[in-house]
Amino acid sequence: MTAQVITVTSGKGGVGKTTAVANLATSLAMDGKKVVCIDGDIGLRNLDVVMGLENRIVYDIVDVIEGRCKLKQAMIRDKHFTDMYLIPAAQTRDKNAVSPSDMVRLCNDLRADTDFVIIDSPAGIERGFRNAIAAADSVLVVTNPEVSAVRDADRVVGILEAEEKGNPSLIINRLNPTLVKNNDMLSAEDVLDLLGIRLIGIVPEDENVIIGSNRGAPVVTDGKSRAGQAFRNIAKRLQGEDVPFMDLAPQSGLWNTIQRLAGRK
Amino acid sequence: MNIFMESTTSIVQIKGIRDGLLATFEEASWEVQRAALMVQINERSAFFQGARLALDVGTQVLKVNDLVELRDWLSDQTITLWAVVSESPTTETTAQLLGLATRISKPRPEEVRPVHEAVSSDTALFVSKTVRSGTRIEYPGTIVIFGDVNPGAEIVAEGNVIVWGRVRGMIHAGAKGDRSAFICALDLSANQLRIAEESSAMLKPQKDPKPEIASINDEGKLQAELWHTGETIIRK
Repeated sequence: MTAQVITVTSGKGGVGKTTAVANLATSLAMDGKKVVCIDGDIGLRNLDVVMGLENRIVYDIVDVIEGRCKLKQAMIRDKHFTDMYLIPAAQTRDKNAVSPSDMVRLCNDLRADTDFVIIDSPAGIERGFRNAIAAADSVLVVTNPEVSAVRDADRVVGILEAEEKGNPSLIINRLNPTLVKNNDMLSAEDVLDLLGIRLIGIVPEDENVIIGSNRGAPVVTDGKSRAGQAFRNIAKRLQGEDVPFMDLAPQSGLWNTIQRLAGRK
Repeated sequence: MNIFMESTTSIVQIKGIRDGLLATFEEASWEVQRAALMVQINERSAFFQGARLALDVGTQVLKVNDLVELRDWLSDQTITLWAVVSESPTTETTAQLLGLATRISKPRPEEVRPVHEAVSSDTALFVSKTVRSGTRIEYPGTIVIFGDVNPGAEIVAEGNVIVWGRVRGMIHAGAKGDRSAFICALDLSANQLRIAEESSAMLKPQKDPKPEIASINDEGKLQAELWHTGETIIRK
């Protein structure tokens, strides 16, 4: 096995990087892949919470880098999937505790017996972001259909181009088809038009995502959620499968309204 | 190795400026300059601890990889590389792409001026990619962009600006006061255009964009109009 190292980043905070990492990793694990997630947000860790592994942390990434523990000791096994692990960030240190070359070394150690290494980048374009992209084979840029998020994503794409990190792929998260239809939200086409990079998935707005994050159970495990379906499709595309994009047109009619009210659409 | 170490002090000079430290180099290849800098820093690591460093690389042409490598090495030594000053447009573009400043508060020595003056209005900088948010491109002549100018990007030319693509960022033509400068683009829905001291308010994005040209009209106002083939706009 030679792992593919994927970094998930965005520039702007709060667009759903951590949620995307937890969901993509879980989807890949559901497909039987061996996945290691790395929380790159040192000082502000939260991937452990979203994955429901908060109270299992003994060692973190800084312990590995500074040699206080072995790599295996810092890898926390998921509650549901035996082939999925998390390397948590340190909460009491800052970004300078890790250097880009440390990340490259760490990922190289993981490559041998893993299918996917997924790195959760912190917001911003400073040291933490540099660390997160240092080892990446490919980069996923997450954005929301909002002008500010798209502009930050554009900046990040520019830096990735400058660093010659190859072509990043785009995830448009939290798209609300009804708002788009009424011209109250940027459409996926508007976002793509500006960024001009490959689209790998559009995730519709879905309150189940928040419920899942708070429970530590990523939404992909909910077979009925549309956002969960979107993340599962992205995971398939990461594995090289050609999955058609979901039809996100707003549905009308009584039955759909009832379903929407019930939080299923 | 010893001979090399002795010579490094003459290749690189470090001095304090208002914004931190400035390293200037003697004429040499980049490998030699970089090695000299590294030797200096290793020898006086306590002095450099936590420093903010600017580089003046003269006419050296540097690619992204050159600067990234050095920046990562410097960051491992707790030194922040924040600016790269250069007379080479390629190096300046590289520095801008990496989010580094390309100007420092210290005025550039007078003798480099002729290099800038040597750029006539016929000399153009050709950029064959989309200019993304956070990137600023400055050039003492005309700038030609084959790609879009996205929101948050800034293009500043002393001459004209020609964009074969969409303009949604800020463009300043005739930045040194040339009122005959013009800006043209396939789609000119910029959030701000400037020519010399005149500036325009936001232009409405068009449903069906057509090529436009912006210049200062007879009343002294900046005005954008549709491009008509066969019309001569280039004065001089």
